Amino acid sequence: MQTSNNTNKEKNAQTPPSGGWGAGSLTSTCVPLPIENVDTDQIIPARFLKATDKNGFGDNLFADWRYNKDGSPKPDFVLNNPKYSGEILVAGKNFGSGSSREHAAWAIAGYGFKVIVSSFFADIFRNNALNNGILPVVVSPGFLAEILDAVVANPANTLTVNLEEQKITNNATGKSEIFEINSYKKECLLKGLDDIDYLLSKRELIEEWEKRQTPDR
Amino acid sequence: MRDLRGQTLFDKIWDAHVVSEVANGPTQLYIDRHFCHEVTSPQAFNGLRARGLKVFRPEKTTMTADHNTPTIDQDQPVKDPVSRNQLDTFARNAAEFNMPLFYPLGHEKNGVVHIIGPENGFTQPGMTIVCGDSHTSTHGAFGTIAFGIGTSEVEMVLATQCILQNRPKTMRITFNGKLGKNVLAKDLALYMISKLTTGGATGYFVEYAGEAIRNLSMEERMTVCNLSIEMGARGGLIAPDETTFNYVKGREFAPKGEEWDKKLEFWKTLKTDDDAVFDSELIFDASEIEPMVTYGTNPGMGMGISGKIPTLDEIDEAGRISYMKSLDYMGFKPGEKMLGKPVDYVFLGSCTNGRIEDFRIFANYVKGKKKAENITAWLVPGSWQVEKQIREEGLYEILTEAGFQLRQPGCSACLAMNDDKVPAGKYAVSTSNRNFEGRQGPGARTILAGPLVAAAAAVNGVITAP
Repeated sequence: MQTSNNTNKEKNAQTPPSGGWGAGSLTSTCVPLPIENVDTDQIIPARFLKATDKNGFGDNLFADWRYNKDGSPKPDFVLNNPKYSGEILVAGKNFGSGSSREHAAWAIAGYGFKVIVSSFFADIFRNNALNNGILPVVVSPGFLAEILDAVVANPANTLTVNLEEQKITNNATGKSEIFEINSYKKECLLKGLDDIDYLLSKRELIEEWEKRQTPDR
Repeated sequence: MRDLRGQTLFDKIWDAHVVSEVANGPTQLYIDRHFCHEVTSPQAFNGLRARGLKVFRPEKTTMTADHNTPTIDQDQPVKDPVSRNQLDTFARNAAEFNMPLFYPLGHEKNGVVHIIGPENGFTQPGMTIVCGDSHTSTHGAFGTIAFGIGTSEVEMVLATQCILQNRPKTMRITFNGKLGKNVLAKDLALYMISKLTTGGATGYFVEYAGEAIRNLSMEERMTVCNLSIEMGARGGLIAPDETTFNYVKGREFAPKGEEWDKKLEFWKTLKTDDDAVFDSELIFDASEIEPMVTYGTNPGMGMGISGKIPTLDEIDEAGRISYMKSLDYMGFKPGEKMLGKPVDYVFLGSCTNGRIEDFRIFANYVKGKKKAENITAWLVPGSWQVEKQIREEGLYEILTEAGFQLRQPGCSACLAMNDDKVPAGKYAVSTSNRNFEGRQGPGARTILAGPLVAAAAAVNGVITAP
C-alpha cells in the first residue's frame, strides 16, 4: 500500500482541476485533524514523490500517521476511524507548511477532499490547493474550535460551504462566517478554469514587456 | 497605484516585473530565471504536452537533478527503478523541449539547485526567480524576489515565463550589533524562526537588514534567506552591496564587459528608500544569539544550545497537544537540557549549509580530532564545484584523517528521497532546514543546527557546545 503510487484505486482519482464547483455549494460531514502546523511532509512523505504523473497520491495521504510500517492501518488515526468521513478536512492552524510539493494537494484531492478548513494556511500550499480545485477556507480561531468541538461531539454534523456567497455554516449551531477569496480565483474554481489559460491569452503583453528590458535595468 | 512614499526594495523589483494586473485578482509577474529539478517538474511537462505547448523561453530555465539522486556511485545506473524512471523522464523532457541548460547526474555543473544557481552566475540582483522548491528563497541573498512554487506554476512559467501571484505584505527584520564568537548565520536564522514561530511570517516577503546582516558573507546570506520559508515567509531578500557584486563578478553566466558596467550601475540603485514603510518591522540584537539547536518537529522549535526545552506552562494552551506530540516523537521531555544528549547521525550538506564555507568550518573544527565511534556521518557537498574546492583546499585530507568520508553532491538526507535515510528512533544532528516528523526517514529524529554544532556533535558523539 505504501510502496506504489499507481496500483490502488482511489476514492476520486482525477487529474485536477475537475469541472469546477458548479452551483458553488457543498454540504458534507467532515474529518477533524486538530493538529497545528501540519506540514507537507506529513501530508505526503518525500519517498512518495517519485511518480511522474498526478495519480495515486490519495492512497498515501498522511502515510506515516495512517499506516504502520507493515502497511496495516493505525486504528487511532482519524482517516482510519469509521466514525468520520466526508469531503471536508478541518485542521489546526498553519496547515500545509514546509515544502512546495504540489503532490500534497494531489494527495488531498485524490483522497476525495474538496475543502480544507483552518484558521490559516501556508502560502504555497494555499496556491497549490486552489490550482487543483480544492478550496482552502480560512475561519477565525474561535469558529475553528467550535467546528472541531461539534464534529467530535457528533460525527454526523455537517458543514455547508457556499463558494458563491463565500460563506461557511456550522449546521450544528447554524452559525456562519464569511471567508475571503479573490474574485479571480473564485471564478476559476466555479468554472473550472486555470491560470495557464489566462496567461496564454496574454502572450502579446509578455512579448511587449520583454522588449522594454535593457541592460541598464 | 502605490502612494508617493518611498519604496521598499521588494516593491521596486516587483513593480519592474509586472506584466499586467488581473482585476480584483493576482498580478501577472514576469520571471527572469526559472530553476527546475526532477521531482516537481514531470507533471508540468506532461501538462505542456497535453496542451500542445512548447517551452516559451527555454534559455531562462536551468535544470539540475538533485532531489532524488544517490550520493555514492553516481557513475553507475541508479538502482531504484522508480527513481531511475524519474531521472530518465527529466532527461527526456529536457531533450524533447530543447532545454539548453540541462545538468544531469555526473555533469560538472550538477548539484543542489540553489547552490549551482549562484555559483554559475545565474542568480543576479534585481531578478525574479522561481523554482518548484520552497527553498528558492535562498536566491534572495542577492537582492532578488525569489520564491518556491507548485508544479501547476512550474507549468505556467514553462509555458509563458510568467506567473500569477498575489502581492505579499512586506516585513523588515533588522539585526543590530555583531554576532558572537562561534555564532553562525544558521544560528541567527534558527533564533529568528524560534522567535517568529513556523507560521509567523506567513503572507509576508521579508527584507533582512542591519549591521549583523551586512557583515555576513554571500554564502552566509544565502543560509539566512534559505530559511525564510521556515517561518512561513514567501521569501526573504538582502539589498545587494559590494559583497554581492564581488561574488557575482566573473561567474560564467554573469554579465561581462560593458553589460557588466551597465548592470552594476543599476544594481547599485537596488535598495529600500529611507522613507519607505514596511507592513511589519522587527528588530533583534545579534549579540544575544548563541549557537542554536532544535528540540522539536518544526524549525520554530529552536533554543540556545545551553538552554532547556520549554516546560508546558511556557506553551500556549491551544498548542499543548501539538507540543507534547512533538516532544514524544523526539523522545524528549519538557525542561530537559539538550547539551549531552546522545547523537547517532550527523549530516553536513543541503541548500542551507552545503557550500564551501560550511565545509571549511566543519573541517577546521575536526582538524586533528577523530569522529566519535557512535556517529555515522554523511558529508555531502552541495555541488561538484564545492566538491572540487574541498579537494583543492586540502579539506579532503583533514576530513579523511579525522575519520570522515565525502559523498557525492545532492539533496541527500535533507529530505531522504534517496537511500540516505536516518533509521527510526535515531537522532541526527543535521545542517539542513527541516526537522519535521519523518523528514530524514520514517521515525528519524532530527536536531537542526549549524555546521559548527554539527562538527562538535560528530567529534564528541553528543550535543556539545562548540
